[in-house]
Amino acid sequence: MKRSAVRAWYLVHKWMSLVCTLFLLMLCLTGLPLIFHDEIEAALGGPPPLAGPASASTAPGLLPLDAMLARALTERPGEVPLYMAFDNESPLLTVTTGPAPDAPEGSMTLMLFDRTNGQLVAPPGEEGIMEFLLELHTDMFLGLPGMLFLGTMGVLFVAALVSGVVLYAPFMRKLDFGTLRTTRSRRLKWLDWHNLLGITALAWMTVVGVTGIINALATPLVDQWRNGALAEMTGLEAGAAPLPPARYGSLDKAMASARAALPGNDPQFIAFPGGAYSSGHHYAVFFQGDTPLTKRLLTPALIDAETGRLTDVRPMPLSMKALQLSQPLHFGDYGGLPLKLLWAALTLLTIVVLGSGVYLWLGRRHAPLSMRLAEVTSGGRIEPAPSPAE
Amino acid sequence: MIRSTFALPAVLALLSLAGLLSALTGDGWRDLLSWTALSVPLLAIAWAASRRSPRKDDPK
Repeated sequence: MKRSAVRAWYLVHKWMSLVCTLFLLMLCLTGLPLIFHDEIEAALGGPPPLAGPASASTAPGLLPLDAMLARALTERPGEVPLYMAFDNESPLLTVTTGPAPDAPEGSMTLMLFDRTNGQLVAPPGEEGIMEFLLELHTDMFLGLPGMLFLGTMGVLFVAALVSGVVLYAPFMRKLDFGTLRTTRSRRLKWLDWHNLLGITALAWMTVVGVTGIINALATPLVDQWRNGALAEMTGLEAGAAPLPPARYGSLDKAMASARAALPGNDPQFIAFPGGAYSSGHHYAVFFQGDTPLTKRLLTPALIDAETGRLTDVRPMPLSMKALQLSQPLHFGDYGGLPLKLLWAALTLLTIVVLGSGVYLWLGRRHAPLSMRLAEVTSGGRIEPAPSPAE
Repeated sequence: MIRSTFALPAVLALLSLAGLLSALTGDGWRDLLSWTALSVPLLAIAWAASRRSPRKDDPK
């Protein structure tokens, strides 16, 4: 590699890393407990698992959806339904309500019910430590600007990974894979660890980085789907007056129409009219497949909320499929506890890569650039001069 | 040792990707394959950490 090229890649690696490192550290530290959110919530005394037929099924003994909704609305008088979500393993059913059909996420209330007896399982509005961590991780409590900002940090992280791989070539030219010189100097030791951990966890870090960027774009992607594919399915013109909640028809009738259109599938959730995942006039019933892959790829059935008749069923566009597949690949919650443990180990490695990067920069940030480039191209055999502060 | 700089990293990257995707496409043996494949990068690090020694510090 030409000297000027090494210099350019070195500067890209340095600046992209420096700008995103602090936020990446925060994302790693908040992401670590989020990997185990199910286990932690269960340990913190979350609702015990319910026995009985799956709430997503049509098994006997399950209460009608209209009865469940009425039950939820008596808990939150004056509010309107926003989402109803189902479970494939237990009779657990969740209902989200809010003050208006287009209520922002902050004013929504989530309630858990048992569909076999209509009992409230968890009281509404419980904001636990995991919700706090998730929000910090997603948008730092800043809403869409926060999400887009963290998405930008993700882009810088991926740029740091790419430039790091490019610099790995001149550095490792005369070194074996896995070289760890631990007795020469503390700097060389950490330089070797930085390179080894960075290159071995590279694919995982890239996947988590890229899927993080896609997840950060969730709001614009959903908006685009709603204004494009969804509007096309409903045939509604933009700005059509929304259906008032008082005129919403039977949910059970709507669900029967939706099931008839997608036989063999079970619903994951219903989006009520007026929210981000539906039109102002429709119940959108999202169906999932039965493999871990198709479970993530939802297909919406649109039902006229007033008449209960099917309007249209179409698979999601590519952008929404990418968003849906990015979620498991970012959170690592799709392959059982061993995968979660591996995810945590790889997160810890990433923290070491970030920390060692900062250490390496701090130690020689006053050394001339030519010396720092010589360190890269000599595989660490030439060390930059110590900074005057040392 | 393999002298090519990117031979082993490429193998580790391909194994990682296979591991990430296999658990997504099904349960059972696909989960098992995922755990195995994603363990390899960690084992490579453990191997590198165990073989470091002062004498081998500066290969020519």
